[in-house]
Amino acid sequence: MTIRLEPRTSVPRWLSPALTLGAVAVALVISGLIIAAVGGDPIASYLHILNASFGSVGVLSDTLVKATPLILTGLACALAFRMRLWNIGAEGQFLLGAWGASAVVLFPLVPAGTPGIVLIPLMMVAGMAAGGLWGMIPGLLRARLAVNEIIVTLMLNYVALFWIQFWVFGPWSESGFQQTKTFPEEAWLPRLSDFASSVPAFGGLTVHLGLIFGLVAAGLLWLFLERSRWGYEIRLIGDSPRAARYAGIDIAKRLIIVFVISGALAGLAGMSEVSGSVHRLQDRISPGYGFTAVIVAYLAKFQPGRVVVAAILFGALILAGREIQPSGVPAMIQGIILFTLIVSDVLVRYRIRIERTAPTPPPMAAGGPPPVTAGGGDGG
Amino acid sequence: MDLGLIAAAGVATGTVLLFAAIGEIFAERAGVLNLGVEGMMLMGAVAGFSMALSTGNPWIGLVVAMIVGGLLGALHAIVTIHLRADQVVSGLALTFLGTGLARVLGEGLTNSNAARLPALSIPLLSDIPIIGRILFHEQNILVYLGFVFVPLAWFWIEKTRPGLHLRAVGESPAAADAQGVSVQGLRLAYVTFGGVLAGLAGATITLAVAPGWFGDQTVNGKGWIAVGLVIFARWNPVRAALGGYLFAAIGPFILGLQGVDRILGIENPFLPGRSATFFLEMLPFLFVIVVVILGSRGAMRQRLGAPAALGVPYVRGERGH
Repeated sequence: MTIRLEPRTSVPRWLSPALTLGAVAVALVISGLIIAAVGGDPIASYLHILNASFGSVGVLSDTLVKATPLILTGLACALAFRMRLWNIGAEGQFLLGAWGASAVVLFPLVPAGTPGIVLIPLMMVAGMAAGGLWGMIPGLLRARLAVNEIIVTLMLNYVALFWIQFWVFGPWSESGFQQTKTFPEEAWLPRLSDFASSVPAFGGLTVHLGLIFGLVAAGLLWLFLERSRWGYEIRLIGDSPRAARYAGIDIAKRLIIVFVISGALAGLAGMSEVSGSVHRLQDRISPGYGFTAVIVAYLAKFQPGRVVVAAILFGALILAGREIQPSGVPAMIQGIILFTLIVSDVLVRYRIRIERTAPTPPPMAAGGPPPVTAGGGDGG
Repeated sequence: MDLGLIAAAGVATGTVLLFAAIGEIFAERAGVLNLGVEGMMLMGAVAGFSMALSTGNPWIGLVVAMIVGGLLGALHAIVTIHLRADQVVSGLALTFLGTGLARVLGEGLTNSNAARLPALSIPLLSDIPIIGRILFHEQNILVYLGFVFVPLAWFWIEKTRPGLHLRAVGESPAAADAQGVSVQGLRLAYVTFGGVLAGLAGATITLAVAPGWFGDQTVNGKGWIAVGLVIFARWNPVRAALGGYLFAAIGPFILGLQGVDRILGIENPFLPGRSATFFLEMLPFLFVIVVVILGSRGAMRQRLGAPAALGVPYVRGERGH
């Protein structure tokens, strides 16, 4: 008996979303079995996650706060992945964005007392510039020297982490603590609770303007990818680099720009986090948003609209997962989901045939030239 | 600052990188890129540690770590070779999975002390001036295993008939297939073996050279450094071992640097608590970037000897794309 994979000639419309949901369900079952195996209660854990993230308006607001950086970093990954660029560096670009935004306040680049209407746009620009430059490094190396972007982006995450530590332990440390002083209120993004005096229902709600950044960015990215010539070219490069090359598209240029935009989106996430949520720069400012973003982008099939939905789900997991024991459960669920998604992708592309007799090997030109490849191993 | 001690510590920690990098070399020489080394190492580290803790026997821990690493390697192999999923994404998923699962399984182990594998000095050899003290004095038994393993791995790949098949599968799978070599079978075997070695590398941390479980900080990027090291080593086990020892000496060198008050007559900016230390900590990661830049240039790659079919799934009758 042999198992064979046959490429599907046509894919029914319902198949891909159904398999995605199925993959998540299977991942939750596997995770539940593991939780049970280490002595936890999977049902109680899942109910707790649901309740502590969507159970009331207050926790829903906190979920959206966690989802905000995930939307922006998820978009960063989705854009790069759409072109089959493996930017695993959203974490580092997020940190650099947070650093750039903090630099505006802490160096300071503007005089104290600058009103928020000036200060916040400046922080956005600085955060996006810092994140974009950090993203440009792997982009340039890949475009000019064909350097594997996965290793470079991953290593730059570690470098960014030590860069932040240098500033929060050193020049910007608040009396020896691993954090900077709290930013002045002009540097805070407005929260819903700021309007509680006119709308009492907003009292205590922590959702901040960063969420709007994320939603607007998702809309713009959709327009860019689906409605612009550039977007079309990027999708073409991702789907068929050879066709793109024949069409005369300057792939190297697109590649650098995609990496810069991707880094800038992740940088904006960092800015939004320090300005909207934490109000200071500190060590461990990200619980791995940039890594979760990889899974968010993959779950969303690189579609900006679906990134928002996936980010909210993972925001809930990160928020409520903090109280779940053992503490690694959210990270584990994320890893298992990514695996089941990959396998479900195979089922979308191929039909599985189980045959009772071994098929005769197709005739092939023995001794023919080996497959010519472009060196492989660097994702394209 | 005692350079001999730094070198000895580099040899000890380098053993971790050596096992992981040579495991990756086996997988890549067979044509499969596995970016899940970090995750497999973490799983090996936690499995070995918790088994040694519960049984009191570190050798059982070591074996279990290798089995767990092998299972994860086989998972990557089946998903990428048989199901033809993207090797990059599957490898990343393996790292996420391994990291999360290791944290779950390692819950509550952070303050425990498990039995360790023994360290010993080799009589006579440890009396050799300088070299004896670096290589053969009070090193862990796994360090010596590394010394023996490196030439064996090299000999297997370069000089034996199975090694020839391994290289053929990674260089020109169609030709190997035509010769009657099972491309998918060999790839499955070597990716699994790579996982076994990654599990061994993880257990080398928790049971031998840096005993204890410290969550996902236990491996702390060593899996990724091993992946970079493979390029540095040009897919050669001997160079991977030397590179591993060299890379690993950077850490103790930093610690040594922090122990002196003045460097070349100026006040040491790298004393513990001084923020300049963080720039030193970046060094290993920057070094990997430089190595990857040097190693990845298209024309150079050919000369360096990257397996020609690396990263390309093999389907009988289809040309690589």
